[in-house]
Amino acid sequence: MKTSRSLLAAPYVLWMALFVVAPIVVVVIYAFTSAGVTAAEVGDFTWSNFTGMGIYLPIFTRSFQLALIATVICLLIGYPLAYAMAKEGPGFQRTATVLIMLPMWVNFLLRTYAWMAILENNGLLNQFFQSVGLIDLVNHILGTDMAYFRMIRTQGAVVLGMVYNYLPFMVLPIYSVIIKLDHSLLEAARDLGADSTGVFRRVIFPLSLPGILSGVTMVFVPSVSTFAISQLLGGGTHMLLGNLIELQFLGGAYSPHLGSAIALVMMVIVVICMWIMNRFGEGEEQAVVL
Amino acid sequence: MKKERRLGSRIFMGLIFLFLYAPILLMIVFSFNDGNSNVVWQGFSLRWYEQLFHDRAIIQSVYTTLLVSALATVIATIAGTFAAVGFYSMRRRTRSMLLNVNNIPMMNADIVTGVSLCMLFVAVFGLWNEFAVNYRVIINLFGTKYRITFPELSLGFGTMLIAHITFNIPYVILSVGPKLRQMDHNLVDAARDLGCTWMRAFFKVILPEIKTGIVSGALIAFTMSVDDFVISYFTAGSSVSTLAMEIYSMARKKVTPEINAVSTLLFLVVLFLLVAVNLREARQAKAQARRNYGTVHHGAGSRART
Repeated sequence: MKTSRSLLAAPYVLWMALFVVAPIVVVVIYAFTSAGVTAAEVGDFTWSNFTGMGIYLPIFTRSFQLALIATVICLLIGYPLAYAMAKEGPGFQRTATVLIMLPMWVNFLLRTYAWMAILENNGLLNQFFQSVGLIDLVNHILGTDMAYFRMIRTQGAVVLGMVYNYLPFMVLPIYSVIIKLDHSLLEAARDLGADSTGVFRRVIFPLSLPGILSGVTMVFVPSVSTFAISQLLGGGTHMLLGNLIELQFLGGAYSPHLGSAIALVMMVIVVICMWIMNRFGEGEEQAVVL
Repeated sequence: MKKERRLGSRIFMGLIFLFLYAPILLMIVFSFNDGNSNVVWQGFSLRWYEQLFHDRAIIQSVYTTLLVSALATVIATIAGTFAAVGFYSMRRRTRSMLLNVNNIPMMNADIVTGVSLCMLFVAVFGLWNEFAVNYRVIINLFGTKYRITFPELSLGFGTMLIAHITFNIPYVILSVGPKLRQMDHNLVDAARDLGCTWMRAFFKVILPEIKTGIVSGALIAFTMSVDDFVISYFTAGSSVSTLAMEIYSMARKKVTPEINAVSTLLFLVVLFLLVAVNLREARQAKAQARRNYGTVHHGAGSRART
């Protein structure tokens, strides 16, 4: 009987083989071959897709840098926020959780677009700076002659977009871990003579580590692979890995072989992230399922 | 001192919420602007909403988004529920191996999932189309010759639907799985011993136990589908586009208040749904608390409900 019930999974196992495993196999094949004679064929085995990636090294480093900066900023803002939320009463907590989740339900393209209007050269923020005299002040001090601050089409704008879009992914897992902390542990620590920083440093922080790790992956992975945020806020001038991949498939530089190789590298990055997370999470259950 | 610290943390939270909401509020305000600027206020008007409702491409893309999300949700929910039941009656080793494969689309960056599915479709369609162009089947039926040609395949709604189903099923399994684990498996055996057929046992015993998991799985799947941009972008080809794809191409070209109008409408829908769900939950929690403490005041209870 048990075996007959497990047959229920057979269609999905087949589906996974076709649409989860096979695509990865195709990507691996393309990554290690050169272009064939016709579009449907693949050429010979080659390492050149990987060795030729050297010229894109600046893009790799930029992607990692920006994603890392965004992740750190998210952690620095997100942890205190989650901690502060967890200290409030239940009614406040519910409202705050909804307020954190609500922007997540608005498509990230719209959220990114909202910042375009704000960061433009003649956008709202520059108008505000103008009206309070900040631009004149800076011009005066630095002896420059700026009509506006350049904000959009900079790397800073891309990082801002990442932080804005992915901050909830950092806050929610940390919050859900802190809220479940056993209060008797905190009391015990206090009874044993720890002051409030001691309690935080030696009890709360270590115990919230699974939430932090889950948050870090949930911010880092989409940040390092984004192409829409960098396209819209970076103005296409600060290419990231995502843009590079997009360009190989849908853009002008059609080269699925190179694109597959880069996608494969990205897959390896994700696997490494997950591996690190599992290792430090020490078998803790995934902190949050959104 | 404690009070001060509390005030400080509240101010901090307020600033973060300002950061989160200011851009969205500005978008809403400027969707009612009577000029095509996102910066200068030129008076109240609904012209962007009017333009939106006359924009064929947008209306079509909303329809596509809802259709693909609904179809993908229904298929993924059914398939995922059966798959979860199947998984949980397997041996532990097999199950954990299959669950690992199941997790791949959730773990991977969206762009990798999108690109790999795109590659698969392009590769398979390439082979198929080469065959389809070169081969024809000629059937002689009652003296008339019928020539059957094979259609050429390309990326489109179908491939996008397959992609959506593929990334939705893991979420369904993820939310049904725990319910199955919590379930008392003796119940199924008891039902079988009492003469239930296998199907009946499934519908009478298993299904009621895991219902909440199925519903939340379906909700997650639908949200994921509606919200998806990257995977659709790579698997939809050039003939169909979802709302997110439409917004991306609009935002890429120029800044237009029409997008503000779209986001205002979407935001209001989401706000309404989320508030409705939360009010219900809050009320249920309150009712539960009252029941637990035995301090039910019927008058107060009914007043709170109105």
